[in-house]
Amino acid sequence: MLEIRFHGRGGQGAVTSVELLAVAAIEEGKFAQGFPSFGPERRGAPVLAFLRIDDRHIRLRCKIANPDVVLILDPSLIRIQKPAADLKPGGVIVLNTNKSIADTRREFGFTHTLAVVDANHIAKQVLGVPITNTTMLGALIRATGAVAVDSMTKPLKERFGPMASKNIAALQEAFEKTVVEEGKS
Amino acid sequence: MGHREGMEVSIAVSHAVQLARAEAIAAYPITPQTHIVEHLSGMVANGDLEAEFINVESEHSAMSACIGMSATGARTYTATSSQGLALMHEILFIASALRLPIVMTVANRALSGPLSIWNDHSDIMAAKDIGWIQIFVENGQEAFDHTIMAFKIAENSNVLIPTIINMDGFILTHVVEAHNFVDQDMVDAFLPGYHPRHTLDPKYPVTMGAFAMPEIYTEVKMKHQVTLMNSYEHIVKVWQEWGDRTGRRYQPVERYKTEGAKTLLLTMGCLGEVAEIAVDELRAAGEAVGLVKLRLWRPFPFADLRQALAGADLVIVCDRALSPGGAAPPVLAELRSAFYPLSSRPQMLGFIVGLGGRDVSPENFKDILKRAQEESSHGPTQEFYLYGVRG
Repeated sequence: MLEIRFHGRGGQGAVTSVELLAVAAIEEGKFAQGFPSFGPERRGAPVLAFLRIDDRHIRLRCKIANPDVVLILDPSLIRIQKPAADLKPGGVIVLNTNKSIADTRREFGFTHTLAVVDANHIAKQVLGVPITNTTMLGALIRATGAVAVDSMTKPLKERFGPMASKNIAALQEAFEKTVVEEGKS
Repeated sequence: MGHREGMEVSIAVSHAVQLARAEAIAAYPITPQTHIVEHLSGMVANGDLEAEFINVESEHSAMSACIGMSATGARTYTATSSQGLALMHEILFIASALRLPIVMTVANRALSGPLSIWNDHSDIMAAKDIGWIQIFVENGQEAFDHTIMAFKIAENSNVLIPTIINMDGFILTHVVEAHNFVDQDMVDAFLPGYHPRHTLDPKYPVTMGAFAMPEIYTEVKMKHQVTLMNSYEHIVKVWQEWGDRTGRRYQPVERYKTEGAKTLLLTMGCLGEVAEIAVDELRAAGEAVGLVKLRLWRPFPFADLRQALAGADLVIVCDRALSPGGAAPPVLAELRSAFYPLSSRPQMLGFIVGLGGRDVSPENFKDILKRAQEESSHGPTQEFYLYGVRG
């Protein structure tokens, strides 16, 4: 089972991301759970969203305490939430940043496998707005292979209608531009 | 037949209501039930469901409107949660006494105060004596299946009792997961239209809900009690037919790895599957533990439970509600009462878990099993245990 925890701020679309990815995984014939942290979320406040993907029916009904992957939509959350603190050994951090892997490791002391992409830049260019949730799905897929890139097309079309093509383009661009470096521990 | 699709469980439930061709809905939105009625409202507005949808100003009015609509012979649905169920409380008794087969989803949530929007079973446990059929589900698939089946159970002319499907708030309602849908033809074949013998009709006036003098009130209550207990056989038949059509089978009391188990956990709702994981791990380590899941809460399945728990020395009843000042939390109290007349019965310990949205993990169940076995070995120190409570 693959357990992914999304760290974002209210309004950044973390919950939408896990829902889209869960639907895509189920479309592939897998089992998945996508759910929010069930708090009284407010715009701008830190929020969590959770995603499980497995080859069999998932029986857990609790939050993800020790994820395989953390996806960080907003780097300002790293100091507040310490998202990598409970990451499994061999886990993956997927981060939206305009900094290099080396600088990111230096700044935050990350030792896990690290995937970075400047999703803000891509989202602004392709979508015209700095909303990075669908863009970051491209980075996540690149770093983890959680689903096939093509599997995102249908859920994105159903969710965004005419806006889907831009989201698909942003996801695709992030998939191509994401840089992944294996963990050092 | 049908297709497999990932969607939020609440939306799957709204599709089940649509497939059941509900004709009348009255509801007031309350977290975490809102998405169900929101989607139904959209379906009615878009012409995807031919039904009357009445927006009301409270749950008290929602249930009152459901009673009126059901009395005219319309297939009637609503959903609520927590304070909403509490606010419709007095009307719930009238719905069942009038024998109106309303189907309601309760997205189980804690009652205030302190204010909590999160999941536990205190809402339904405060309404256990309303005279409705009450069923619990464990996952999205079950929520979908049981919503459709509930109409067939409730509307059976030998039953005519409103039915609640309990689904855990948030930890079920707000999760996107896989569902196997059934198609409209299958549902139409399974669930015929609702055609009651007596309806409210201005052309043929009748009185419904008249008062009962002391000479008759007791007999009416007796009739209700007998009919509710007898609904058991019809519930099982409906579940059997669904199982034959879909391959998904349900029992009033379900057993998981109980063969040879000396210690059994007992759960209701979606924590059953979490407890399964703990049982799997302990079984693998050679421990004789198992799990019993109570799906049918009303009518209470005495015989099934007595059979399922017969071989155990210790039963750990996991309640998700408190009965403040009472003898035991609600499920434990019922279990102890059901077993008291028997000459041989297992020891029963109660652990209250998952109040107000507190997470319950497989590790918690393993810990509960360990602690219960310790308590049992030296004699219980408490009537029941509030698991994980601090200070």
